[in-house]
Amino acid sequence: MKLIFSISRSGRRGSSIPKADVPEVNAIPPQFRRKKSAELPEVSEQEVIRHFTALSRKNMGVDTNFYPLGSCTMKYNPKFHERIAALPGFAELHPLLPQLRHGGALTQGALAVIYEAERILSELLGFSACTMQPLAGAHGELAGVMLIAAYHKACNDDRRKVMLIPDAAHGTNPASAAVAGFDTVEIASDSEGNVDLEDLKKHLGPEVAGLMLTCPNTLGLFDPNVKEICRLVHEAGGLCYCDGANFNAIIGRVRPGDLGFDVMHVNLHKTFSTPHGGGGPGSGPVGVAEKLVPYLPISRVAKRSDGTYALEYDYPDSIGYIAPFYGNFGIILRAYAYMLTLGREGFRRVSENAVLNANYIRCRLAPYYDQKYNRFSMHECVFSASRQVAKGVHALDIAKALIDRGYHPPTIYFPLIVPEALMIEPTETESKDTIDSFIEAMIEIAKMTETNPEQIQQAPVKTPVKRMDETRAARTPVVADLG
Amino acid sequence: MPYIANTEADVKEMFKTIGCDSFEQMWEKAQIKSPPPSLDTLHSGLSEYEVVRHLNELAARNATQLVNFLGAGYYDHIIPAAVGEITGRSEFYTAYTPYQPEASQGTLQAIYEYQSMICRLTGLFVANASLYDGGTALFEAMMMAGRITRRRQAVISEAVSPIFRRMIECYSSNLDIELIQVPSGTDDSAQKQLMDAITEDTACVIVQYPNVFGTIEAWGEVTAHAHAKGALAVCSCYPVALAVLTPPGEMGFDIVTGEGQSIGIPLSFGGPYLGFMATTEKHMRKMPGRICGRTVDSDGKDGFVLTLQTREQHIRRASAMSNICSNESLCALTALVYLCCMGKQGLIDVAELCAAKAAFARSEILKIDGVKPVGGDAFFNEFVISLPGDAAEVVGKMIDKGFAAGFPLGRYYPDRKNQLLIAVTEKRTREEIKALANALEAVL
Repeated sequence: MKLIFSISRSGRRGSSIPKADVPEVNAIPPQFRRKKSAELPEVSEQEVIRHFTALSRKNMGVDTNFYPLGSCTMKYNPKFHERIAALPGFAELHPLLPQLRHGGALTQGALAVIYEAERILSELLGFSACTMQPLAGAHGELAGVMLIAAYHKACNDDRRKVMLIPDAAHGTNPASAAVAGFDTVEIASDSEGNVDLEDLKKHLGPEVAGLMLTCPNTLGLFDPNVKEICRLVHEAGGLCYCDGANFNAIIGRVRPGDLGFDVMHVNLHKTFSTPHGGGGPGSGPVGVAEKLVPYLPISRVAKRSDGTYALEYDYPDSIGYIAPFYGNFGIILRAYAYMLTLGREGFRRVSENAVLNANYIRCRLAPYYDQKYNRFSMHECVFSASRQVAKGVHALDIAKALIDRGYHPPTIYFPLIVPEALMIEPTETESKDTIDSFIEAMIEIAKMTETNPEQIQQAPVKTPVKRMDETRAARTPVVADLG
Repeated sequence: MPYIANTEADVKEMFKTIGCDSFEQMWEKAQIKSPPPSLDTLHSGLSEYEVVRHLNELAARNATQLVNFLGAGYYDHIIPAAVGEITGRSEFYTAYTPYQPEASQGTLQAIYEYQSMICRLTGLFVANASLYDGGTALFEAMMMAGRITRRRQAVISEAVSPIFRRMIECYSSNLDIELIQVPSGTDDSAQKQLMDAITEDTACVIVQYPNVFGTIEAWGEVTAHAHAKGALAVCSCYPVALAVLTPPGEMGFDIVTGEGQSIGIPLSFGGPYLGFMATTEKHMRKMPGRICGRTVDSDGKDGFVLTLQTREQHIRRASAMSNICSNESLCALTALVYLCCMGKQGLIDVAELCAAKAAFARSEILKIDGVKPVGGDAFFNEFVISLPGDAAEVVGKMIDKGFAAGFPLGRYYPDRKNQLLIAVTEKRTREEIKALANALEAVL
């Protein structure tokens, strides 16, 4: 499809702007002015709308297709949330208002949203407090491991420079630990897909700051040794970080704080139904046990005895400012609406149905696809295309064949410890009928692998483009149209 | 609850398939044996109507009716309705990261066009798909400069947003980075001081354009000096201003970042916002974040993919350029659609209006007895005035008169206690500006 720049015609306008009602002085001194205008497109409003409407139709989204992308929790995004986020009382609110004198009184509604969302989330996680500030999951991880660093620093323990990370972890875990200044050491998984306790024990010591563990793990499995793992890490003087990307599996059923974790992030764009936006904005609030509360980022929202809310800054041990303001407020607001809708009983129904749907897929596809770990799963199930590889069909080919059949593919080639991984996460919001159709498509692909693998290898053919030349893209990058 | 489709009959049938007869048995098989938590501090679920009513009430407790002269990096600009129409299309907002290009050409082409827009505004070669916000983008730029130069010192002007600087301080606290903050002045001596601070150990010099006080400066000498010392020059900028100001790329900056809120994104009490970043061709492979590139499919047809992914955490893990994964894709789309609607002339018109109205506001306010200008005449849409008393107190009184009159600088600059930073956008009318000046005169 044509770029917006190529439909540009000199002199066309796509917006109307108020006329000047002040003297039209040439306010900016000439030596600072750009000599040549930035080549933004010149298009009419209708052309803008047509261009982007046409682009939108080249996308799959949760609203158009089943989207069982493992580890991403592509659940339905309730529509009224979008309207709430657009209310002028929220959307037009300047973040510096509460920092003005008497300004707190001007933003009581917004502060209440943050305070209440923190309170509900703390209860769900089993922690003493939360910060809503982190702007995405990986940003939450960074904030979380910085809290661990601050804790050890406050204990005058400057030896703890190592973060332990299981081999099944998301890439963001080691990357976040590195950005926070830690060295990372990989811990092996055992033959059941759990943390290898012996390997863990071998690596625990006075230099270990903590362990970052995804719970349930990225194989979609609940590690039965979680409590023991936390105990061992604590015994060695470390802290336990829980990557909450998979919190949808246990929400309302298990509280990570009760398992022994000290700090955890959740992704509001996963478990709490806020839209994924084509790759963000997300939100990655962090919950902490009592001992980490003093280090939480500032500002913090407090509720005074008279029922009003206020921003507080007087936390001398705080790690400081990780966000410009109070987090991705528009996302927190949507998540808060979701929390209110679900209520006490609703949360557990989410995890029950998420886990049921995943196990249903696992059981029905088990005859057709291999599983490295043949266990009852949580909210997602991981298959391996190892059987199909014998016929020349890889996980990537299966993914592309699914696109032709109207399904967004599962996550592929992750976790890294499963060869040819296909990680399927249906979420609780999909109907059995949809899931059944998906299962039929997966079975049909498995059968076609036996009879006509070429057809799978050539997929997709029904999409706006076929398989893309990614090598060319990386070797001779064309990354902008500079005009 | 409306968001779960499984009926009792469905559940029963699915239980049969998975070999369970109850949810409790299912949990047990999944290795979860502890009793469920009581969650007794939470209340029961509400209907959509009840939640909307509650949130409408909370929205009404926020004072958005104030006439807004508050900026400090976050501005109240006009957003055409067409922008929300497009970003409200659920084909865009319910998709995720476009790792499957055949099913994501819409998002991918939009990212490519967004990257192109950022390049055209900043005058640089390549932009990434977005970072979280202006502050995190500036931190990432500093880290990137460290990777490129293999040096550990950053020189940063105190005329860079204090909101960004305290974030950089926070992130740097566990890292082997030396931050040298150079006092902000109002004349050429500040640039001289900045240059003097750059040594053979400096990875980058970091400035803001226009700076946090609204002042426009030419940076060519500073960037040339940085390059002579083997350092990079980094600039955080205000994208609306770039419609009329010399692009940073032309002044020799190697990495340009900024907060993109002003181009189409609502203030929304602090987020979601948009961190943008652009750099030169030379440093492309050291840039953090996703990048979309143009290529062809197996039939030779043009299309787009995420590219240069070996820089990223899902491939490189602990040695990635950054830990960033989810970025602010929908906000980048928002900015793109905004820039398309405004277009080449529209964005210039917006920028000129902002500048003219700010100049008008400044001259009106300076007529008040006891109010003095701070800084020179080269400013964009924000300027500093000095009041006879504590600016924070004055702002408090102005709130009672219906104005968010600006940002008192004493909060971040103790020696500027009497100074007020006033922002004027194209939304403010002559009457509002006059009323601001009158009210200010009345409270002083």
